[in-house]
Amino acid sequence: MIVRKAALTPVRYAGSSLRELAWHTQRYFTLLWRSIHGTVTRPFYGKDLAVQLDSIGVGSIGIVILTGLFTGMVLALQSAVEMRQFGATIYIGRLVGASTVRELGPVLTALMVTGRAGSGIAAELGAMRVTEQIDALNTMGVDPVRKLVVPRFVACLIALPLLTIITDLVAIFGGLLIAVVKLDLTFDLYMRSVYSTLAQNGFLLRYIPIDFVSGLSKPLFFGAIIAITSCYYGLSTRGGTEGVGRAATGAVVTSSIFILATDYFLTQLIIGLFIE
Amino acid sequence: MSGTGDLLWDSGHLRLEREEARRLMEQGGAPSPEPSDEPLISLRDLDLRFGDHVVLDGISLDVWPGETVCILGGSGAGKSTILRLILGLIKPNGGQILVRGQDVATASRDELLELRKDMGMVFQEAALFDSLTVYDNVAFYLHEHEDLPEEEVARRVDESLRMVDLDPEQVEELLPAELSGGMKKRVGIARALIHQPSILLYDEPTSGLDPITTRTIDDLVLKLQRELGVTSVVVTHDIRSAFRIGNRVALLFGGEIVFQGTPEEMMESGDGYVREFLH
Repeated sequence: MIVRKAALTPVRYAGSSLRELAWHTQRYFTLLWRSIHGTVTRPFYGKDLAVQLDSIGVGSIGIVILTGLFTGMVLALQSAVEMRQFGATIYIGRLVGASTVRELGPVLTALMVTGRAGSGIAAELGAMRVTEQIDALNTMGVDPVRKLVVPRFVACLIALPLLTIITDLVAIFGGLLIAVVKLDLTFDLYMRSVYSTLAQNGFLLRYIPIDFVSGLSKPLFFGAIIAITSCYYGLSTRGGTEGVGRAATGAVVTSSIFILATDYFLTQLIIGLFIE
Repeated sequence: MSGTGDLLWDSGHLRLEREEARRLMEQGGAPSPEPSDEPLISLRDLDLRFGDHVVLDGISLDVWPGETVCILGGSGAGKSTILRLILGLIKPNGGQILVRGQDVATASRDELLELRKDMGMVFQEAALFDSLTVYDNVAFYLHEHEDLPEEEVARRVDESLRMVDLDPEQVEELLPAELSGGMKKRVGIARALIHQPSILLYDEPTSGLDPITTRTIDDLVLKLQRELGVTSVVVTHDIRSAFRIGNRVALLFGGEIVFQGTPEEMMESGDGYVREFLH
């Protein structure tokens, strides 16, 4: 139903917008539920999953390496300016390690994948929608959610944690480069400093640092957000090529906001569960 | 076209005269289906509204096994919407859509997926999967639903492509972007045919095509009816095509079916709406 919002009173406008929001929220979570259900029930689309892992995972390695490297280097540089005043440059490894593994690694990886792969997913599914390819799938007895959404959903769930590990490692390496080349710290001193911060919050099952668990649980949620939001925008595309552009933009903006908001709540939860 | 005959249709760019209409029906000669007790598709008192806009207002239409029914009407009359309703892609606000006696409107998602396996749809713009080759497009249904050796799949794809007068060796490896409009439509028909459905739905199969290609597609629809006994619903605004391939014609206007009958009956119809529409 097309409602001319300009012609509505403010109260009716708010009512209509709330109804629309509720409708989208319901459909969004229905898509999430159907994707989870499709992940654990047949048919499985192994080939499509492999293609998506290649596209979303392998295809994003370059961009997350660059992101991690420069983030680690900048963190080390910036913290050195402050810490030098107190003669505390030996703690740079702690700062780079903690901020990367706990926050920046998962969040920056998710944001980069959103920009690169999320927009691609929304544009691809959007183009399929406006050219009736989604309808063609339906008419051939193929569920588009299982065929198109589930492989992207599972690929994101697998790829995001792995990409986050890459970002973390490369960022720590970037910090190491600055620490050794510009701040005259030794490799051993820097790495001890990184380890001490990871050990600070204790271990799960004696060997797994809690910070590492927290850092790798977030990408699972972020992966789900990227996949479902992008697919939702793609499948909801209306209005030809202009609509495809809108879907891609909407997917990136909404995913990014969801990622940042979810990060806050997950951090609260992890602190409450493991640290306090 | 000469302007000497009795004018039957004039929609600006398209004029159809009585003599030509007779000739089209003779040319096409859509075979009459065997009598049957039950319609294969039955639309009953179908209502569809988008907000305040009434798209379909209590339409009823039966499609009998083996026949070709053409749904005519102007742009935006809701013709394509009827196909989407039959496929269960959208739900009506009221009424029933029975396919083999089962109501599409109340079927579950899994029931719909099953029902659709006996239907093929030819889309207006072909809707070929643009990342797949012609071979993979045509083989799509078999790869998805049937556990066949690839040799058998290849044989069926060849058969389907030949049925639509395409040379498999020349087109199988091409991508949809490399095909002409007419070839895309034919590949779309080959894809819809591969699993030998008993119902084929065509959405504007000849729109945007030149007259020669239009004729080729019309001949193809007739050939499928004759050789495979396919039941077809063809949505078109091309009255020439409708008269050539249709056993029956339904005219949609203002959300209602204002006429349904054979092309001959349509020509002779004294119904006010039909006459107004045709003249």
